[in-house]
Amino acid sequence: MKIEIIAFGIAKEIFEGDKITVELNDGATIADLKSRLEDKYNDLKTLSSYMIAMDSEYASNGMKIIQGKEIAIIPPVSGG
Amino acid sequence: MHNILLSDTPLDIQQCIEWIRDTKSGGIDIFIGSVRDKTKDKEVVRLEFEAYESMAVGEMKKIADKSFSKWHLHKVLIHHRTGSLQPGEIPVIIAVSAAHRNDAFEACRFLIDTLKQTVPIWKKEVYVDGEVWVAAHP
Repeated sequence: MKIEIIAFGIAKEIFEGDKITVELNDGATIADLKSRLEDKYNDLKTLSSYMIAMDSEYASNGMKIIQGKEIAIIPPVSGG
Repeated sequence: MHNILLSDTPLDIQQCIEWIRDTKSGGIDIFIGSVRDKTKDKEVVRLEFEAYESMAVGEMKKIADKSFSKWHLHKVLIHHRTGSLQPGEIPVIIAVSAAHRNDAFEACRFLIDTLKQTVPIWKKEVYVDGEVWVAAHP
């Protein structure tokens, strides 16, 4: 399945754009997505941490990615 | 009752105070964030705030709800800026009202501390000679 990922903050610089598309196996989890992203964009490993959100909710590593939901990469937040 | 706002125009302190005041609250606690002109030795020209808007508003509501479950509060207000801010401008206002001051103080601190950890908002510090996304790297 093809998944579009929207990016914010420093992740936009790492991806060189505000969205990217990756191809994943059906049934892929958030952890699978993270490892795919880290293979392709090594600089993600230099971040303090980062999360994935699915439909505007933080998603844990074991969750399955559901096609059609909005997927976003959330680098370390720094509001306030 | 809560009042959550993400805005690309200046925040209005007076309006926040008016909203939070009422006759049943014995204590009102307000935290006002302000853009500092220096980080360590570097002169800050401006901060650029960016938000994942739908999620940021959702996370701000969640922390407001959580504060109501932890303390006895009447009202909670969280207003946050996006866009470019100069030193002295206001990126965030948090206001809490409660019957008693202790609840207001503790909830206000919880709200700003938790906002900084969970709400998807990012700031880039821009200096005379460079820029950096705050907290991105260890």
